Amino acid sequence: MANSKTLGESLRRHGVTRRGFLKFCSATASLMALPPTMVPAIAAALERAKRPSVIWLSFQECTGCTESLTRSHAPTVESLIFDHVSLDYHHTLQVASGEAAEAAREAAMHENQGGYLLVVDGSIPLADPGYSTIAGISNVDMLRETAAGAAAIIAVGTCAAFGGLPKADPNPTGAVPVSEIIRDKPIVNVSGCPPIPVVITGVLAHFLTFGALPELDRYGRPMVFYGQSIHDRCYRRPFYDKGLFAETFDDEGARKGWCLYKMGCKGPMTYNACATAKWNNGTGWPVEAGHGCLGCSEPDFWDAGGFYNALSIPTSDVTGTVVTGAVAGAALGAAAALLNRGTQGEAREKHATVTVDDLEKGV
Amino acid sequence: MSEPMDFLLLVRGTGFDVALTIFVIGVVLRLFEIFSLGRGVNLAEPRGREFGPGMRTILTRNVPDPHTFRRQPLTVVIGYLFHIGLLISLLLFVPHIELFKETFGFGWPGLATPIVDAAAVITIIALLAALWHRASNPVMRRITRAEDWLVWLATFLPMLTGYLAYHRMVDPYPLILGLHLLSVELLLVLFPFTKLMHTFTLFIARWYNGAMNGYRGVQS
Ligand code: SF4
Repeated sequence: MANSKTLGESLRRHGVTRRGFLKFCSATASLMALPPTMVPAIAAALERAKRPSVIWLSFQECTGCTESLTRSHAPTVESLIFDHVSLDYHHTLQVASGEAAEAAREAAMHENQGGYLLVVDGSIPLADPGYSTIAGISNVDMLRETAAGAAAIIAVGTCAAFGGLPKADPNPTGAVPVSEIIRDKPIVNVSGCPPIPVVITGVLAHFLTFGALPELDRYGRPMVFYGQSIHDRCYRRPFYDKGLFAETFDDEGARKGWCLYKMGCKGPMTYNACATAKWNNGTGWPVEAGHGCLGCSEPDFWDAGGFYNALSIPTSDVTGTVVTGAVAGAALGAAAALLNRGTQGEAREKHATVTVDDLEKGV
Repeated sequence: MSEPMDFLLLVRGTGFDVALTIFVIGVVLRLFEIFSLGRGVNLAEPRGREFGPGMRTILTRNVPDPHTFRRQPLTVVIGYLFHIGLLISLLLFVPHIELFKETFGFGWPGLATPIVDAAAVITIIALLAALWHRASNPVMRRITRAEDWLVWLATFLPMLTGYLAYHRMVDPYPLILGLHLLSVELLLVLFPFTKLMHTFTLFIARWYNGAMNGYRGVQS
């Protein structure tokens, strides 16, 4: 349960020193692209911040997002913050289940009415409420009910933010993202499949420090993390610009670390912080590991063409279209030729020869 | 929330398919028709061969005629700058080459992006200059028809949107990438039915010119 203890007290109780805390504050500041002069303000605000009550709802999802967050290497900025929120309901992580769990959710909602943060992962099926239920409550009902008293909603992962895999063509469950159901609450989309752990804690820290949500982009994603494309921050970019590409996964170019565009890298259309925040405790990220970006933080990335097709290749069968078109064109051309032959023949028949005598007669 | 992406997926899928189908059918149909019409039988005694001079003319007409240059230098200079820049942007930009490779099964090496970028800028400036020339020169104005404005626009839009997309000057990115594809689709659809066909017919016309002159034994 959320208690009256402040974040500062809670951190101290867990043996976090003042020095460690300030270090965390400067990391948060730089993470959120705030000037260093903001560090004392952040420290003061976080020190005083009450542990926020967080209710976490999981709908049509694969638990990858929760895995991503809980397995982030400790003690990182994210684990620090994450350990100290009051996670009052998360049915994957909590021991209780069924009615007991639902009672915990209702209690948290009641106690923190209007002040809790709602985190959602997974999409919501609308084709049939029975496709996904928790304790007999459909996802859409649970979302509506829980969102009503929330201060803000954080849609974690591409499924909650944009529909994700469940929404991929042909979308059998009629999956929709949170933003299509809840329209009267501030929603932050932390997209990614899964999202980078540090991004969600960054959003939490921002909320605790300023009591407001960070600046968002057109897709409702925090600007600080999704403001630039993977391509623009990719360390392989010089190779792209020079025209040096890996053509297969084991050729000379791949060994030399050249650009992966031709291998299907979707970096140019993907906005995320992977290239700078990195994964696995900062050891690397997909492109660094030698595989192109899949574009997982963008809407409909599952339907955006083959993962191993260059971004510029249309999703349709171009060769087939050209061949069919050429055959059809030739057939029509032949028909046109026949028609023209006819016209030519007619003209030839109508053609009357004129002799010099005729001309003279005419004069 | 995801409309720009839906738009991009539409123009990358069905939209491209439809435009490409119209383009291919239209171009093949028109070329087929031109070739099948053929030329009237020339009863005159041949004074030379057709093939060699025909081929030679296809090449030699790439060199600007000094007479035209003296009278209309701007037309010639803008024309060359624009066509060369367009060909570089279209054929030597790696993402475009990947598309050709997917379509025809073979590709070719591309250029470094700063070079393609410079070529694109030159092309855009040349196109604007061409527009200005067409609008301000009295002779040009007189011979300009509605189709000429349309063809100019159809050529200009892919260049402009391509430049904006490459430099990420429009937010969100899927929107401008989608607009780039849409403008290319417009170009593809208009292509077979407008002067844009000169991309292909130019070579046929040059060949006929050269061949006819060759037949008569005169230089072309
Ligand atoms: S590897 Fe991907 S993100 Fe990096 S430069 Fe190449 S295309 Fe861009």
